[in-house]
Amino acid sequence: MCGIAGIINLSDQDSIDQHLLKAMVSKLHHRGPDSQGFMINDYVGLGHARLSIIDVEGGDQPIHNEDKKIWVVFNGEIFNYVELTSQLKKLGHKFYTHTDTEVIVHLYEEYGDAFVNHLNGQFSIALWDDNNKRLLLTRDRPGIHPLFYSVVNNRLFFGSEIKAILRGIGKTPELNPVALDELMTFWSPTGSNTVFKGVDSLKPGHMLIIEQGGKIQCKAYWEWSYPVENNYRAGTEAELAEELKSLLIDATRIRLRSDVPVGAYLSGGLDSSALVSIIHNYTDVSLRTFSIAFEDDGLDESSFQKEMIEHVNADHSRVVCKNTDIADQFEKTIWHTESPILRTAPVPMGILSSLVNQSNYKVVLTGEGADEVLGGYDIFKETKIRQFWAKNPESVFRPLLLKRLYPYLNMGQGKAPAYIRNFFGNSIEQPQINGFSHMPRWDTTSRCKDFFSNDMKNKLLNDVMSEFEFSLPASLQQWNYFNKAQYIEAKTLMSGYLLSSQGDRMLMMNSVEGRFPFLDHRVIEFGNSLDPRLKMKVLNEKYLLKRAVKNDVPSSIINRFKQPYRAPDIPGFFTEKPLDYVEDMLSESALRESGYFDEKKVGLLVKKIKRGLAMGYKDNMALVGILSTQLWHKQFITDFKQNIMHD
Amino acid sequence: MSVEQQIRDYILENYLFTDDQSALENEDSFLEKGILDSTGILEVIYFIEEEMEIKVEDEEMIPDNLDSVNNIVAFIKRKTEAA
Repeated sequence: MCGIAGIINLSDQDSIDQHLLKAMVSKLHHRGPDSQGFMINDYVGLGHARLSIIDVEGGDQPIHNEDKKIWVVFNGEIFNYVELTSQLKKLGHKFYTHTDTEVIVHLYEEYGDAFVNHLNGQFSIALWDDNNKRLLLTRDRPGIHPLFYSVVNNRLFFGSEIKAILRGIGKTPELNPVALDELMTFWSPTGSNTVFKGVDSLKPGHMLIIEQGGKIQCKAYWEWSYPVENNYRAGTEAELAEELKSLLIDATRIRLRSDVPVGAYLSGGLDSSALVSIIHNYTDVSLRTFSIAFEDDGLDESSFQKEMIEHVNADHSRVVCKNTDIADQFEKTIWHTESPILRTAPVPMGILSSLVNQSNYKVVLTGEGADEVLGGYDIFKETKIRQFWAKNPESVFRPLLLKRLYPYLNMGQGKAPAYIRNFFGNSIEQPQINGFSHMPRWDTTSRCKDFFSNDMKNKLLNDVMSEFEFSLPASLQQWNYFNKAQYIEAKTLMSGYLLSSQGDRMLMMNSVEGRFPFLDHRVIEFGNSLDPRLKMKVLNEKYLLKRAVKNDVPSSIINRFKQPYRAPDIPGFFTEKPLDYVEDMLSESALRESGYFDEKKVGLLVKKIKRGLAMGYKDNMALVGILSTQLWHKQFITDFKQNIMHD
Repeated sequence: MSVEQQIRDYILENYLFTDDQSALENEDSFLEKGILDSTGILEVIYFIEEEMEIKVEDEEMIPDNLDSVNNIVAFIKRKTEAA
């Protein structure tokens, strides 16, 4: 993986301060503990913190082209670098390393800005073109690797993490209230927003070009896209399943390219089991697997993990997450997410990457992305059932299918239909609207905002749901409702939360790189082209994937009930006496100091929790959201000088 | 593929988890044999609507129409002939 940071002058002014650039990169030490490298000229400074994975001896960055006119720092992996190197050598390019990084500068020489279309990988890249005095920043297609930037006093600062940018700017940040409003609706800010006012996230699949004279242009080079309804990929189920399997084998194979050993996460679910089986059956890599278990039986999947370990005879390590670990690790987690979160699920992922690091592994493959690309999530099932219901909104029976998805709806006779109608009936008369799939979730999540202070509410003048709906591309109108739901999921929760707060940040906090075969862009584009009925047959999720791997994965895993990954929320903080920091962060004085939440309402929530009465989603999300926002404020605003400015 | 075979394959694959055709008789009652519960019937209706492009009304959601492969096949025949 690694971390990158840099500065570019947007107008004539003092040259780049080398010490400042080094201080920025030092904030990324956890991302790249193996070495650091810099390139500074009158216009730009590029910095790099390296985690050595390919060409361990010769791969220090920045890397340049033959005449040292093109320079690059890069975080990530180009998995097809072997093929690209061969093609570029045939075109006459001279390589001085054996790295994947070097293909970037030669591809740029060959294809200009279109170089990025040739990459199969996960990356954030900063490329300096000294011939034209232009800086190019870009991110991978689905948004696996982060890249942020901010323009202050005619300088653009960029970095893999915001803490590097804050160090560069040197000024105490402020909350972006709209981004917090979005986070407490969609689980993450949308578009390029971050919770730091004035700091933007470069959107996945986008490129930021800074030309001489300070002109800044942002353009998309790739986008999630689906066919016009009923114009799907041709082929029988058997043919398409075979095609998917071939793609997954190749996506996995090239993700095993590394000069250090590669392991794999194993949750016991279908996706990681499929990957582990592919490694076992179709490559010569010896399997080293890692998993997390929970002391809470309701969250634990150990029995399925054990079955898979025996099936593939893996060398396996496991760590048990106790409820008390959540509170113990939560402050550190928020330092790395750099964002409030609404569930504690990232915490165990940090504990798991710590196990990988302690086992002397730097790289793991994970099954992330399969649910989004191949149709696995409950929210897609919920959407299908609500569409089924919307065919006859007055039907007594149709909404009862929701009981299949949510067994807790099997409540007392007569109560369930009213509850279902009230809760899931939102927009049932308007199944054609783009946000139809996510309305119940957004409504539930938005209840966190009931705790906002009046001051916060006064800063939020617009309805973020309407604005998001308005921002969606016109092409959505031509897509099947299932694909609309997939698109919204990929653009909100996946890139903004799962791949960042729960993904990159929890891996990189322990210097571990995650690799995601299901997010190979060939797999994504294949998945997007399929008839949605092949992704989810009635309510049978990831139907085509199950068919593709049915001879590789035990049937007990294929047919198991899908268990969403979750971690203890309130029980993680209040099983025993709350830790001092929890009491401090939720105290009246701390809440007044930050000013985001109504201290009386939060006090009543804490009282309810202590009496053991807080059970629902709303209370859990509110507690985790408020506590994490308070911690974020303390770490990045109250303690800015010692946490950010102290080198 | 015939409607009968489509229904059979769907029930076998999704509720009996087998491709053994002998595991299901066309006259087997889904509810009596414990193959489907009341929510499972709604999934079968979903399947029929998605694959056969018909719409099942609330008053048609009764065992006589839906509780066996034979009942479903006859029901779909009546619906499509009436259309």
